[in-house]
Amino acid sequence: MYDPVVRIPSRSMVPVALLLAAGTLSCATTGASAPTAPSTQSDGPPIIQPGAPGQPSRQITRAEATDLSAIEHTAADVRFMQGMIGHHAQALAMAEPASDRGGSDGVKLLAQRIDLSQQDEIRMMQEWLAARGEDVPSVDHSHSGMLMPGMLTPEQMAELLAARGADFDTLFLRFMIQHHNGALTMVNDLLAQPAAGQETTIAAFIADVVADQRAEMDRMAAMLRDMPEEER
Amino acid sequence: MTLQIARPVVLLLCASLLGGVSVSSAQSQQSDDRVGLAAGFRDAGVAARNIELVRTLAKPDGFFDPEAPAGRPRRPPVPDPPADAAADAEAQPAAPQPPAPGSGLSYTNTDFAFQGDHLFLGNYHGFNVYSIEDPTRAELAASIVCPGGQGDVSVYGNLLFMSVQDTRARLDCGVQGVAEPVSPERFRGVRIFDISDLRAPQQVAAVQTCRGSHTHTLIVDPDDDANVFLYNSGTSSVRPGQELAGCVGAPDPDAEESAEEDPDAPVDPNTSLFSIDVIQVPLAEPERSRIVSSPRVFANLETGDISGLWPGGDHGQGTQSSRETRQCHDITAYPEMGLAAGACSGNGILLDISDPVNPVRIDHVVDDAFAFWHSATFNNDGTKIVFTDEWGGGSRPRCRASDPKTWGANAIFDIVDGKMRFKGYYKLPAPQTEQENCVAHNGSLIPVPGRDIMVQGWYQGGLSIYDFSDSAHAVEIAYFDRGPVDANDLISGGYWSAYWYNGHVYGAEIARGLDVFRLLPSEHLSQNEIDAAALATANEVNVQHQQQVSWPDVPVVARAYMDQLERGHGIGMDRLTAVGDALDRVESGVGESTAMKADLDQLAADLQADSEEAFALNQSRLVLLAGTLSGIAAELR
Repeated sequence: MYDPVVRIPSRSMVPVALLLAAGTLSCATTGASAPTAPSTQSDGPPIIQPGAPGQPSRQITRAEATDLSAIEHTAADVRFMQGMIGHHAQALAMAEPASDRGGSDGVKLLAQRIDLSQQDEIRMMQEWLAARGEDVPSVDHSHSGMLMPGMLTPEQMAELLAARGADFDTLFLRFMIQHHNGALTMVNDLLAQPAAGQETTIAAFIADVVADQRAEMDRMAAMLRDMPEEER
Repeated sequence: MTLQIARPVVLLLCASLLGGVSVSSAQSQQSDDRVGLAAGFRDAGVAARNIELVRTLAKPDGFFDPEAPAGRPRRPPVPDPPADAAADAEAQPAAPQPPAPGSGLSYTNTDFAFQGDHLFLGNYHGFNVYSIEDPTRAELAASIVCPGGQGDVSVYGNLLFMSVQDTRARLDCGVQGVAEPVSPERFRGVRIFDISDLRAPQQVAAVQTCRGSHTHTLIVDPDDDANVFLYNSGTSSVRPGQELAGCVGAPDPDAEESAEEDPDAPVDPNTSLFSIDVIQVPLAEPERSRIVSSPRVFANLETGDISGLWPGGDHGQGTQSSRETRQCHDITAYPEMGLAAGACSGNGILLDISDPVNPVRIDHVVDDAFAFWHSATFNNDGTKIVFTDEWGGGSRPRCRASDPKTWGANAIFDIVDGKMRFKGYYKLPAPQTEQENCVAHNGSLIPVPGRDIMVQGWYQGGLSIYDFSDSAHAVEIAYFDRGPVDANDLISGGYWSAYWYNGHVYGAEIARGLDVFRLLPSEHLSQNEIDAAALATANEVNVQHQQQVSWPDVPVVARAYMDQLERGHGIGMDRLTAVGDALDRVESGVGESTAMKADLDQLAADLQADSEEAFALNQSRLVLLAGTLSGIAAELR
């Protein structure tokens, strides 16, 4: 699995609840060289947690093994996902006019692709937030929320919408590079915060955003370079 | 329920509207019993053809969220307290903590490896060891918790290697993550465990890498008894140089405002991108394992530009957009051939690994249907490579009736004079639902002599066994599929990997656990062929480290070739009967051995002569049958 952008809407809770072995789980910490028979588990071998290289392994309980409370999503993760939805929504607003204002097929195709991939990611982010009971921003093009890094100012947006043909293409590429670069800044800012970006789904999502946006930036830079000098 | 019945019809309608599926194939899909399977985590509908599930084991304790075993994120019952609630919290110490939401991918089963009577199954959360002495009664033998994703494993002797990439992963295998952006406690790279005591493995080394380890490939150099090598493929973010010296390409976490990236800037010659890592593991002192080279295998051989391969983007109107080639996702080595095949984002590459520390790229290909070159498998002769395309990353439904048959598929190449020549595609033929993540994923060869056959996991598309003896016309011969984990939502599941090992097929199910299968004879595969495949045993199997298989000269192998020739109308009835009678005499042990020997040798000569008149697969199978008969004759006394 490379970039698991997982769709995880949660319209209903899983009805299955595995019956847990009743009783408390004691914290056995015997040396792992001779793990004692686990009294805490009804059957099967004990759960072993190795140490750092050269350190001994130890036996842990199921409760210890599945205590992921410390790597759950943080408030910063939630703000990141909420902000990124607005950020992606602006990319949709930028891509939309390309079909009738863009000059080249290359830019139109690129805009279509950006539109599709960002919609897919917006869906994923909305589902991630919903599954966690957090506020889910809608994609409202007219909504002028807080400007996240790299987002076009209202003036820049107006400039783009007023442009036609090759002028549109140049502005589109320049602004989309600026816009995508902002997404990288957002990831960077998130990862600089304590315990952020560690929940497995968001970790995978971030890796995906970085890979995709950087690749698209490279591609757009190449397209800009290939444009006639006077239009750059 | 009506929805479930209606869905396949809707999908087929969509398909024919889009023109992606012809009417005849749509009709054949309609009769495919994989369409319309009921959803369920433990009670999903099942379709199987020519293969039988003989054992299934749910994920063990410690490897699933007890409150959401299928892996669905849990919705917290109360919203998070506001940031300034610290003071309030003190006033209400009795308030119970809300359960944390969701395990996401935290307990995903991943890739696996085999040694002797044991199967080692990787997981984002660690790995499990199963005893498979009797595969139909496989049992859990050990559970090791050491989180970090994805948990790709290989085994060699008393060592187990494990890939780790997540930023939460800790050197000490702790489950608590690493809070600081830069920390000496973080581990991203390849862990090495001593598994001499299977029930209590010890971590003996942890080789840190700049991009972590997404997958790794064991390389056993036939000329080096003292070391083994690992080719490490890191695909995630570059870590800061402050955390691991020498890493270049990460954003500066201390920067107030992240510097604007200049996409026009030339590639930093020291970047941690655009390379693979070669790790040397000294077998006597595995704790001294280290990176010994980071070859620039994507370099332009003329200009030296390290980003010399696919730059990312589509291949023209209506084509797929392929990822930029700045890393490999997976590499499969075939040391006996001196070759490795790299599935590297935007390219498939072929490496000469005669010197494992300094691999040399000898060929590279692109494909306008591939989004992301994901993995590679050689055929046993080393004359073909099957590459997979993980379009959608493995978490998206990419086997719907509306999805192109050549996207998210396998591409099969012949190797001719060291160059790869495209021959054909193979994609799971049965359409899957929107609720099933599905795309080509990991598989291995089934060693049926005389044929190229592969078993492959397609996530929630199930497993598919197909014959690619004719590279341009791969055909499915068996399958197993369950309905989606959930009827409404896409919950990640299905086969990460499906591999053959010493007579059985094993499937690593992301959400549900471990499955064991046995092949059933059919018009596509005879009992002789199944029995012959089971004779090709190995004591250690790491699928990305291919070892050439050979078969003993025994009657059942000859009968496997005979079945193939008969199926392919490549042998006359008289000849077939004569060979069958001769083998019967050998097996009965009745008769004079000199006469039997002479019979077999004569038949071998006749078959050789027949082969000169035959074509393609029949020709090679006649030669193989002749060789086996000669071998049997030579054994007779």
